[in-house]
Amino acid sequence: MNAAGSTPSKQAKPIGNPLWLLAEITYKCPLHCVFCYNPVDYTRYGKELSTDDWLRVLRESREIGATQLGFSGGEPLVRDDLEIMVAEAHKLGYYSNLITSGVGLNEKRIAAFKEGGLDHIQLSFQDSTRELNDFLSSTRTFELKSKTAKLIKQYQYPMVLNVVLHRLNIDHVQQILEMAEAMEAEYVELANTQYYGWAYVNRDHLLPSREQLRRAEEVTNKFRERVGNKMKIYFVVPDYYENRPKACMNGWGSVFITVTADGVVLPCHEARMLPGLTFPNAREHNMKWIWYDSPGFNTFRGDTWMKEPCRSCPEKVKDFGGCRCQAYMLTGDARNADPVCDLSPHHHLIAEAVAKAQQASSKPATVQPILFRDDKNSRALSESTVAQP
Amino acid sequence: MTGATSLGLDDVIELGRQFRLQWEQAQQSYVLLYPEGMVKLSQSAGEILKRIDGKLSVAAIVKNLEQSFPNANLHDDVMNFLEVAYERGWIHPKQAS
Repeated sequence: MNAAGSTPSKQAKPIGNPLWLLAEITYKCPLHCVFCYNPVDYTRYGKELSTDDWLRVLRESREIGATQLGFSGGEPLVRDDLEIMVAEAHKLGYYSNLITSGVGLNEKRIAAFKEGGLDHIQLSFQDSTRELNDFLSSTRTFELKSKTAKLIKQYQYPMVLNVVLHRLNIDHVQQILEMAEAMEAEYVELANTQYYGWAYVNRDHLLPSREQLRRAEEVTNKFRERVGNKMKIYFVVPDYYENRPKACMNGWGSVFITVTADGVVLPCHEARMLPGLTFPNAREHNMKWIWYDSPGFNTFRGDTWMKEPCRSCPEKVKDFGGCRCQAYMLTGDARNADPVCDLSPHHHLIAEAVAKAQQASSKPATVQPILFRDDKNSRALSESTVAQP
Repeated sequence: MTGATSLGLDDVIELGRQFRLQWEQAQQSYVLLYPEGMVKLSQSAGEILKRIDGKLSVAAIVKNLEQSFPNANLHDDVMNFLEVAYERGWIHPKQAS
């Protein structure tokens, strides 16, 4: 590629502009989901960014090209200044998305979001049944979420329903889709759990069997045929069942920015777990410097950081070696190939977890109890992370 | 609702309500934004979509484009594009309300 005029660097390609900004405006959440991707030690992190900090982050990110904006968390509705951020985002020309459990949404707030120019709302459900929804989130929220779904429709928002799938609810896909249809959802994401954060801690409880996956996909395909265009259904398979890694974040520092509740700016929402990297804080730096020049964003750009088998692999341009965080979590080195790849010398780690998941019994005897995401468990897990050598 | 598979010349068309068309300075192009992503549009696609306002019929949009670009024979290309856009759910005939 001809990068005439760019500064000499290790990059084969010039750095493009970001497209997505994920604003994790708080780690606080009324739910305690067992598959939450938030860091397990979230209770360790410092003060949340102020309203003014967030408005500046929005402005600076838009200036360098970000267009899609997600307000997430934790539960973003916990912040009572969300209305201010929504209005500013609209003025700046973002396409904005509220990613919510629905807890905390009422008519007054949704009216303000509509007025402020929020483009859409993604509502998460844990299951189609009250029992499992409430068990998985360790709350009584099912009825509340159903009411919220009605409000979303009433305010003429396109309805995007997100259900995280795993071993305990994947057999309910038919009922989940019927629920979505009854709610007149335009988009349904059946997103199999990705094993980070709390989901990684609970992996043995959550990874479905191959047979469960096959049935769920079959049901989904049949449903798609019947409903056609009126409901778009995305089915995201768990990458543990692939033999090539996902093109994580479409490449490190390629299109995606996450800003965490305490202001740390990351190339993906898991990256703060990576040791030896320092990520900039939005309190101290502007987003342009962070995107183009900060060491954290440049560490895994291009391919000079790669080890074998990625380095000489023709597929590195497609998948960028997969996910740095998964490589680190499973192999201890973020520069290794994502072990999902069957060319990775560490692929057996994935294969073993998958083999375990095929056992007919839903509860292998050795598995630790399922851990809900809450402050007490977070503090316990923080101590165990700190204690590691 | 999914019964009709193609657009008629007299259909008044509009963007699906989850879509937004916008000029992006950073990319020097029109983009179509929707809940799960963004499509960067070619110049011609941008010219077509920006004329879709919920008031003009398919025939009127073709005519309008032919006036703006008199040297090109646009009819077939525009119709093809609109059909694809309809299949993808970007646009649809406006329903009487």
